[in-house]
Amino acid sequence: MEKERTVLSGVHFMNGDDACAEGAIAAGCRFFAGYPITPATEIAERMARRLIEVGGTYVQMEDELASMAAIIGASWAGAKSMTATSGPGFSLMQENIGLAVMTETPCVVVDIMRGSPSTGQPTEGAQQDVMQSKWGSHGDYEIIALAPASVQEMFDLTIECFNLAETYRVPTFLLADGFTGHLWERVVIPQPEKIKIIERKKPSVPPEEYLPFKPDKDLVPPMACFGEGYQVHVTGLTHDERGYPKTVDPKIQHELVWRLREKIRKNSGKIIRTHEFMLKDAKVAVVSYGIPSRASMNAVKGARKAGIKAGLLRLITVWPFPEKKVEELSNRVKALVVPEMNLGQVVREVERAAKETPVHFLPKIGGELHSPSEILEVVRRAAKA
Amino acid sequence: MTTIEEFDKHPLSRYVRVERFPHIWCEGCGNGVILNCFVKALDDLNMDMNKLVVVSGIGCIGRIAGYIKCDSFHTTHGRPIALATGIKLANPRLAIAVISGDGDLFAIGGNHFIHAARRNIDMTVICSNNFNYGMTGGQFGPTTPLGSYTTTTPYGNIEHPFNLVHLAAASGAVYVARWTALHVKRLTASIKKALQKKGFKFIEVVSPCPEIYGRRNKLGRAVDVMKQYRQTSEIRHGYDPSKAEITQEKIIVGEFVDIEKPTYAELLQKQFFKVQKKLKEG
Amino acid sequence: MPVRMWRQPLDIEKVKRPKAEIHIIKNQCKGCGFCIQFCPQNVLEESEEINERGFHPPRVIDENRCVLCSFCTSVCPDFAIYTVEKACKDGC
Repeated sequence: MEKERTVLSGVHFMNGDDACAEGAIAAGCRFFAGYPITPATEIAERMARRLIEVGGTYVQMEDELASMAAIIGASWAGAKSMTATSGPGFSLMQENIGLAVMTETPCVVVDIMRGSPSTGQPTEGAQQDVMQSKWGSHGDYEIIALAPASVQEMFDLTIECFNLAETYRVPTFLLADGFTGHLWERVVIPQPEKIKIIERKKPSVPPEEYLPFKPDKDLVPPMACFGEGYQVHVTGLTHDERGYPKTVDPKIQHELVWRLREKIRKNSGKIIRTHEFMLKDAKVAVVSYGIPSRASMNAVKGARKAGIKAGLLRLITVWPFPEKKVEELSNRVKALVVPEMNLGQVVREVERAAKETPVHFLPKIGGELHSPSEILEVVRRAAKA
Repeated sequence: MTTIEEFDKHPLSRYVRVERFPHIWCEGCGNGVILNCFVKALDDLNMDMNKLVVVSGIGCIGRIAGYIKCDSFHTTHGRPIALATGIKLANPRLAIAVISGDGDLFAIGGNHFIHAARRNIDMTVICSNNFNYGMTGGQFGPTTPLGSYTTTTPYGNIEHPFNLVHLAAASGAVYVARWTALHVKRLTASIKKALQKKGFKFIEVVSPCPEIYGRRNKLGRAVDVMKQYRQTSEIRHGYDPSKAEITQEKIIVGEFVDIEKPTYAELLQKQFFKVQKKLKEG
Repeated sequence: MPVRMWRQPLDIEKVKRPKAEIHIIKNQCKGCGFCIQFCPQNVLEESEEINERGFHPPRVIDENRCVLCSFCTSVCPDFAIYTVEKACKDGC
């Protein structure tokens, strides 16, 4: 495939969903299985058109459960795979997300969040699936989730999702809200040589010596895919290093589940990304992620103009939650302000990390965005108190 | 000589993970026979074991993926076909066999079955039909005969069962066959035929479940059930699958459907070349 | 399924019947009885010995009766029995 067709380098005026699809293709995604759902349908539509141009496969499965299962299968067959959905589909995918975690399958799930619960508000954005991305499937596990706040980030963070998924062999989530998904903005797509792409680790030993689930020092095992001669057995049951089920040994369960968790936690320093704005001397800090960060930025600028020492900590990585950063921040500020388009999800994590420092929460559901003046009002109150 | 050393001399031992034997299946379980016939078919075809992927679901038969010596995936309940679709479409050079149970493929997985058959994804689906959910203790499923006793139908089953071959044929499968665990030679031949054919193939294997379904319905030992299969089965190739219900008196077996139809991958490839040509022309 | 020959085949002088070796992996057997029940030549019967799993594995009554149909090999759920063609030396 000509490189020009794979990575559409240049300046574009694009829709968030389209930018996400282009980011996936630039990252090397060659398999997409999905099911139409507002507001993520455009990703599927773009993939249906573009993947065949770059030699990939688009398949529209019969439901989201099948979509998630198909991308796990495709990943094991060697392809970088992705699916895109919204709240109701995300709920359906949970069991197989657990399977992806347990089998250490690299894959990317894009959730363009919308008004919830249930069918909710299909055309209004929200941030109501954040907790579900971490706790949705049964059991103890860790995943990685990124929250874009602009269409440019829809492109960039999708690439980063793929890189993180391949590095840590874990399903990685792009938690965008319905507004960012349908927003049209300027996107700069760089030349392909400028885009950093990470591939999964491959085994360095021949098949007779290879143990499919024996981790390296970074707690991630090298991945031999199907058809490469390694004859790997993969199962969702608790398994030992050979991949064979061993369900009644507490030691094996402990070792496996602990490692799957530590794989992310131990490496969280390398995974977590945040953006700090005017935080050095801040007395009140706004902690936000996703599209409310744009209004928060304006509010912080407005606060500074009004003489309040405000700052913004934007979470690019939502899971693993940057608790150390928030804790350290809470020690030197008077108060934290958390605007969210839900009734309280990330704010709980902030409160947990902030301990004694007061946290002012600004929920907003229904499809309206936070306005800078609303956030500024809360910042003002927090500064006075 | 240890049992493993003896087992290594078995002509089919190189197709299975000998270190994991004895397998977990009961004495006389049809699943063992299916495993035997499957690896015999692989041996006859001289199958490249690096190009075969076996995907199974949850259930006693689901454990088969862990016994065959090739790339294999033991998925969540009901999803082997969806997962196999992903594997096949991402790497069309791999040969896919989905081996699962009646509940896994037709209750929770029913939707995936009919759509994969409709799309004609190239895979061989073998269903071990033992008329109940054995692994969890013997609950009824979509193939349990009317009036049977299971743990969740203590007064007798009041649901009509599926006719699996009819369902497969109606969904668009290109090869549909039914055999019992007794018809070992013909089952092996069917599996061989299926593995060499292109498209969505379905083989139903009526198997005994002596410890659970058999015991609860007073069918005797596995060998008695097999004797019953000999009495009641009738080979009718080309029979209309819609009329081939399984009853107490008769089990119609044979190859019911054997047609050719373009597979999903073939159509996708055609489309790919068309698109590439158009792009080159600018 | 049992084949009972009631007439001599016309080419019985020319065609040699294969000779078989029947191998039984005794400790792999789970005593289902399929091989014993369905052997067309009644070559096998249940033995008196008990293997380490507690079952009675089959026993060969007369290896010469076996015609190498390999039905036992294929029907055994436990890979506990298999037939191999005996290497034919002169005059076997």
